Amino acid sequence: MQEAFAIATARWPRDGEPRNPGAWIIATARNVAIDRIRREQTLARKQELLARLQEVETTETTDDDTIPDERLALLFACCHPALAAEARVPLMLSAVGGLRTPEIARAFLVPEKTLAQRLVRAKRKVRDAGIPIRVPPAHLLPSRLASVLAAIYLVFNEGYSATSGEELVRRDLCAEAIRLAKLLAVLMPDEAEALGLLALLLFQDSRRTARLDGSGDIVLLEDQDRSLWDRAEIAEGSRVLERALSRREPGVYQLQAAIAALHAQARTAADTDWAQIAALYDELLRRSGSPVVELNRAVAFAMRDGPAAGLELTDGIAGLEDYHLWHAARADLLRRLGRDAEARTAYERAAELAGTDAERRFLARRLAEL
Amino acid sequence: MQYMLLIYGDEQGWTDVPEDVQRDMYAKFFAYSDALEKAGAFVAGSALAPSTSATVVRVAEGETLTTDGPFAETKEQLGGYYLIDVETLDEALEWAARVPSAKVGQPVEVRPLQPMMRPESVA
Repeated sequence: MQEAFAIATARWPRDGEPRNPGAWIIATARNVAIDRIRREQTLARKQELLARLQEVETTETTDDDTIPDERLALLFACCHPALAAEARVPLMLSAVGGLRTPEIARAFLVPEKTLAQRLVRAKRKVRDAGIPIRVPPAHLLPSRLASVLAAIYLVFNEGYSATSGEELVRRDLCAEAIRLAKLLAVLMPDEAEALGLLALLLFQDSRRTARLDGSGDIVLLEDQDRSLWDRAEIAEGSRVLERALSRREPGVYQLQAAIAALHAQARTAADTDWAQIAALYDELLRRSGSPVVELNRAVAFAMRDGPAAGLELTDGIAGLEDYHLWHAARADLLRRLGRDAEARTAYERAAELAGTDAERRFLARRLAEL
Repeated sequence: MQYMLLIYGDEQGWTDVPEDVQRDMYAKFFAYSDALEKAGAFVAGSALAPSTSATVVRVAEGETLTTDGPFAETKEQLGGYYLIDVETLDEALEWAARVPSAKVGQPVEVRPLQPMMRPESVA
């Protein structure tokens, strides 16, 4: 496999990447093995190598017919801790997802040349450093799996948070993330968190049509037209989540999926089971300790216990002073408490920090409504 | 596959470490070498004398230039090495994490050996 990666490193910049790089690598590995056999001098050695080769079943190199186990091995290799953090997701998308360099570069707003270099360096590192292309041994699996799940989730979020321009590429990213999550779930059906991630992505994806209005502006969850939610995807997410929970190995992705499921089950925003959602956020916070989770938890508590309780929690979160959503959440709670002047200040701060035009437009609207 | 574990440490900081703690660290290194040996991974290894004992040699225009001191002045200095033979990078990384000085926050660089072909070898 190492040689195949080496050949890929040499050839791909020159010839351009094949449609299905993962399969290409495996096919190349096979050819390298055949070459080596031809060159072997002793008959015994030849026979030994041939026998080993015959053990490896190869299939046609069409898109989805790559040996599943090899794709799983590639997935883990791409997310290996020895690889530069910013190389893992692009490498995963390139080697397992079959996306082309220009597509990946556009998706992450990185110059194509930079991304191409990143990929070359990463492939070289896999070859030179001896990064094993395999599903990691049991004692390494938990942390490695977490890395793979995080990478897939990152891809989805890149696609999900796009609100203007590049829309087609971004939507493909969501689809790609779901494909990778499905691959992982199929190949590791006993990993509850792999199932949890898939369920989470399905629930979030089910809302994609309702998230933006005609002018490309954000529609909050509570204001979304729920008839636009993809019910088939929600049903699929629910089935996957149930399978995950039945393993009795809770984790952060299953918890987030469960929260998403509660939203999906509510016929209207008013029907939302905020008490359960708040409890799930408690558990999620216990496990993740992230200030963003703390913020989402505060919002859920506000829905359950009222804006005053929510504001107290929100104000108690440290470290989010530069996060526009923290200011936006505060602004909303202040507005609900009738403290308009403070709400105005918070909305303005949020707008200053907001990252996209759509978000800025949304915040401007809220300001105007005060 | 063979890897070098290049063990770095803050020499200046080490002089401030109490003697009994130093002795304990040496004992841990001996135990670590034994463990490598027992696992069949040990190829070679040694501590290095402090960087103040180093001399750099360069040859320019036929003249040999020697300079006192290590190659570069760095915050952490190369203090020792192991040459190990393991299956994959994962095993090398695991061994690196077990280096006694690594466990107290000193960096270990893991570098694969570069196999080189002698020109006369048969194709």
